Amino acid sequence: MRDEDRSRSLPLLDRRQFVQAAVAACGTAAPLLVAVIRLPAATAQEASGAAGYDPTDHYYGMGIDIERCIGCGRCVAACKAENDVPLDASHFNTWVERYVIDNDGEVTVDSPNGGMDGFPPPASEGGMRRTFFVPKLCNHCANPPCVQVCPVGATFSTRDGVVLVDEQYCIGCRYCIQACPYGARWFHPTKHVAAKCTLCYHRLVRGLVPACVEVCPTGARIFGEVEQRATPLARFMRMNDVQVLKPHLNTKPKVYYANLDGEVR
Amino acid sequence: MQGYIYPNEFELQWGLLIVLYPYLTGLVAGAFILASLERVFNVQEVQPTYRLALLTALAFLLVAPLPLLAHLGHPERSYEIFMTPNRKSAMAMFGFVYAWYLAVVLLLEVWFEYRKDIVQWAQAARGARRWLYQALTLGSTDLSERSLRFDDNAGRWITVIGIPSAFLLHGYVGFIFGSVKANPWWSSVLMPVVFLFSAIVSGIALVLILYMVTNLFRSRPLDMRCLDKLASFLFYAMIIDVSLEMLDFVHRLYESEESIGILSQMIQSRLFISLIVLQLVIGTLVPMVLLGMFSPALRRGGLGRGSDELRRLVYLLAAVLVEIGIFSIRWNVVVGGQLFSKSLRGLTVYKMELLGVEGLAMTIGLLALPLLILWVLVKVLPPWADVPSTTESWQERRSS
Repeated sequence: MRDEDRSRSLPLLDRRQFVQAAVAACGTAAPLLVAVIRLPAATAQEASGAAGYDPTDHYYGMGIDIERCIGCGRCVAACKAENDVPLDASHFNTWVERYVIDNDGEVTVDSPNGGMDGFPPPASEGGMRRTFFVPKLCNHCANPPCVQVCPVGATFSTRDGVVLVDEQYCIGCRYCIQACPYGARWFHPTKHVAAKCTLCYHRLVRGLVPACVEVCPTGARIFGEVEQRATPLARFMRMNDVQVLKPHLNTKPKVYYANLDGEVR
Repeated sequence: MQGYIYPNEFELQWGLLIVLYPYLTGLVAGAFILASLERVFNVQEVQPTYRLALLTALAFLLVAPLPLLAHLGHPERSYEIFMTPNRKSAMAMFGFVYAWYLAVVLLLEVWFEYRKDIVQWAQAARGARRWLYQALTLGSTDLSERSLRFDDNAGRWITVIGIPSAFLLHGYVGFIFGSVKANPWWSSVLMPVVFLFSAIVSGIALVLILYMVTNLFRSRPLDMRCLDKLASFLFYAMIIDVSLEMLDFVHRLYESEESIGILSQMIQSRLFISLIVLQLVIGTLVPMVLLGMFSPALRRGGLGRGSDELRRLVYLLAAVLVEIGIFSIRWNVVVGGQLFSKSLRGLTVYKMELLGVEGLAMTIGLLALPLLILWVLVKVLPPWADVPSTTESWQERRSS
């Protein structure tokens, strides 16, 4: 009940409607714009939809600046609304973990409801040495174990570097969920197929950024091209020491963390 | 729940049905390898169980894919595993390994083994039974010396191919788990080997149980030489199996990787009953001591010098305990591998369903089904040496 109320009151829905309206308006106005300011044809197509989208022009990844994350959980809520993720506490494309390290070095991690409702004040009996939030999502690995194990090839890497699931094709064996070292996959309770973060692929092909990136109030999530130089992500990776999660497994993740603590797994 | 687990880990993905699958294929592989002892390695003592072991393997193999199918989110798409297999996926090979084993190994071997009898039964039987046997001859009714010799040779060669195939069938199931690098409880190069030897153990124990129970119902005397030999082989196979498991265990402890903390915690709490009590003590130590004492494995006549009657009881008890132990092994691998978080920071619980597609009732049904199939197979293709196979004796039996 509360969840329903919540989803209805999400400001994101309003924003989404706004974006839809804006896209529609742009669509109608696009020919006019092209005529007036003579945009290059490709850009106009990209803005108006998937028709002119060329996946070979892109290779996506995400940067996450731990220092900037305030644990508000808006990214989690936005993702659930945008991608039709069940609103319960056991299915997430993205979630936020809170690490509390006390003076004895004892580490406590929690993620109540995936961090979607924010976090209660931490219990800090031993005194706090440091604490921080870590947003998690599918790492869209360049060497993805989930893609390797899928018996029918229903999960695959796109040419633009996104790991997706074909829900018309998945047989629901759940081997991919077992193979993911990051707990990023889940089993859809009504569709009976494996599900995961798509980097909001439906938005990417329209030239938009993923919902979680769009709503982040502090800019903790930086989306963009991994291989091109003059992009926000490339700049983020130049300016920071970046790390990936569980590098020893050689999955070659494409979610890059700045200021990552060694305790994070 | 205890500690921290990733939110997507609250739901366990592989439950009882996936525990059942390696258990069933293990029984298939084990029963077949036992059968091959007689055929290829000329262990004459176990001859009375040869045909029974073959039929057991066939019955269990027919059921083995059912738990997988029932577990799939979209069973109606399962054929895609044959049509568009992902060649990089270990699991995609399942259909081919299974089909090879069923069609090329087991069905062919059973047919060559029984062909002579089937032809004779077809001649002796009347009515529907006659039609059935005639169909089973597949039109090959030649009983000349030469063709019988061909049957025998073919059977032996299929067994020779069958042994590596049985290794493949079950070792491959172990590989499905052992190759998941994300899961420190599964990821082990020893996994296929451990699976294989536990399969041999479970197969020998199962055939031993079935041989005793069926002869009890048929009120036929048990061949003690055969039972002693089975018990000895069971003991030897268990020694190898336990050694491998211990090697795996010691290796993990000694390497003491980052997962060791959470895994020890899991063994001491969540898996205490199923691993320490059921798998190790009741399923391994007790039967090994019993078999070591009473079977002729260590000393001719046994260390305990039990009477035939006592040995029979001990063997039956040991075999039943072994089956419980091997089922626990499968449980500890499959469910155990999902009880700890891949964040290595917490443990979760498995809530078993009672009814429902993946529940306890379904599992019991799928465990009983192969026995039912075996019962039918035994009716159609009696594996007993004392069943008459010639026309005259069949008619004698009918009139008596």
